[in-house]
Amino acid sequence: MSKTPVAAVEGWFTMDLDTPHLLGTRCTRCSNVFFPKEESYCRNPDCGGTEFEETKLSRRGRIWSFTNNCYAPPEPFVAKEPFEPYSIAAVELEAEKMIVIGQVTAGTQVADLEAGMEMELVLDTLYEDEENQYLVWKWQPAA
Amino acid sequence: MSNEVAILGVGMHPWGKWGRSFVEYGVKAAKDALADAGIEWKDVQFVAGGDTIRNGYPGYVAGATFAQAMGWQGAQVSSSYGACASGSQAIATARAQILAGLCDVALVVGADTTPKGFFAPTGGGDRTRDPDWLRFRLVGATNPVYFGLWARRRMELFGATEQDFAKVKVKNSQHGAQNPNARYPKAFSMEEVLASPMVSDPLRLLQICATSDGGAAIVLTSMEYARKHATDFVTIPAVSNVTPKYPNTLIEMPNFSTDSGAGVQMPDVPFRPSIAKHAYEQAGVGPEDMDLAEVYDLSSALELDWYEIIGLCKEGEAEKLVRDGDTSVGGRIPVNTSGGLGAFGEAIPAQAIAQVCELTWQLRGQAQGRQVEGAHLGITANYGLFGHGSSVIAKR
Ligand SMILES: [Zn+2]
Repeated sequence: MSKTPVAAVEGWFTMDLDTPHLLGTRCTRCSNVFFPKEESYCRNPDCGGTEFEETKLSRRGRIWSFTNNCYAPPEPFVAKEPFEPYSIAAVELEAEKMIVIGQVTAGTQVADLEAGMEMELVLDTLYEDEENQYLVWKWQPAA
Repeated sequence: MSNEVAILGVGMHPWGKWGRSFVEYGVKAAKDALADAGIEWKDVQFVAGGDTIRNGYPGYVAGATFAQAMGWQGAQVSSSYGACASGSQAIATARAQILAGLCDVALVVGADTTPKGFFAPTGGGDRTRDPDWLRFRLVGATNPVYFGLWARRRMELFGATEQDFAKVKVKNSQHGAQNPNARYPKAFSMEEVLASPMVSDPLRLLQICATSDGGAAIVLTSMEYARKHATDFVTIPAVSNVTPKYPNTLIEMPNFSTDSGAGVQMPDVPFRPSIAKHAYEQAGVGPEDMDLAEVYDLSSALELDWYEIIGLCKEGEAEKLVRDGDTSVGGRIPVNTSGGLGAFGEAIPAQAIAQVCELTWQLRGQAQGRQVEGAHLGITANYGLFGHGSSVIAKR
């Protein structure tokens, strides 16, 4: 029996398995975009806006930098046993000029990455329990 | 100058993994600083504590805990927490009290007892609105992950090499080997550094600072008081605790993302350089006037970023400084003569105070075995999580 896909964090990304987007907010007054969502007061000190609309962020961007975890991070990270090292990338989103960090999908090593490389957003398993498969955004070299 | 205060005493408890209460470390450092100043505890009018968030009810909210352990004597008190900037915030608070004429003698104390291994979020339970909890949960973004991102960026942008990063570690370990307060009194070789296990590529275990127990304290007084009680002393002409200006487009712990750089004009000076700039402007000096610097080498590679941030060289030139030995004791502008975090490890509320202790010893000519000859002016720099800038200038 297959497990139910569940977002590992509520409202941070669309649950569209083929073309997922991170979900941010856009200030209706100054158009600045925030991720994770800013929903009460605009953080642009010249604005003062208090109304926001949900917005899908660019699915693609270019690598600003990258690294990996050679050892399992501490809780609350849920590490697989045995732990498999994985890469992490900081990607500058195309339109928003915002750097967003995320795990890189399995199989892509540090040696496969370089600054400026185009990456795209995918949803992948963060961890699983008996019934659910908890999904998180990850970066993957763009096709 | 009207905005200066005097450092009459400094003291530290050696860094290590002693497994005792942070209060003990803080009191030891405080007593040493008072003895160094020749000032009685009962004459202290203001106690500024740098807080730890560990060790129970957040660091026993530090200021009063230290005052109680020294023996209640009725002093005014403050307690500051600004992550790695906690110590300099405590210094800033004490300085402001003195400059406002509210007191003449202030004691600044910070100390910590740390757990083993990675820093992880404190407190239990699922905290799905806390970015510090979520970064571990969703990405496994430990502190070394951010250090690794910054280090790799230097490699991609400026052609930095693993050897450059290792060289910083080797240099600082040589300095630290001459410092009785350092946790690791060992001078490492390039081979040893490069053979240590990879943690977050390109950073290896010996290039990432550990977590330590330790304590540091300084006694600050008004210039008037200092002139009455001493003939020659170090002063603080600047303390900077700036925050970033929007948008901050550098990825910072513990954030998932930066501000968007698409919508508004970028600030004239980015956050990190603004920390030192503010201090230089207060003191009316510039980076070319500095004789030494103590900066936050959370990783060996990050020290190279600091050379540029505090203006010791242009962006992209930091590797050359360490390759040429400019930042070693005996070089043009020695950096982290104490051994830095590489030799100490982080004892968060104490570290920014410890940086000032090192400057003071250097400016007095008391840094035996690691002395920068003829040093008159030095700067410290670091910053705490969530955007707490921290820089202190000391002069003699
Ligand atoms: Zn706005």
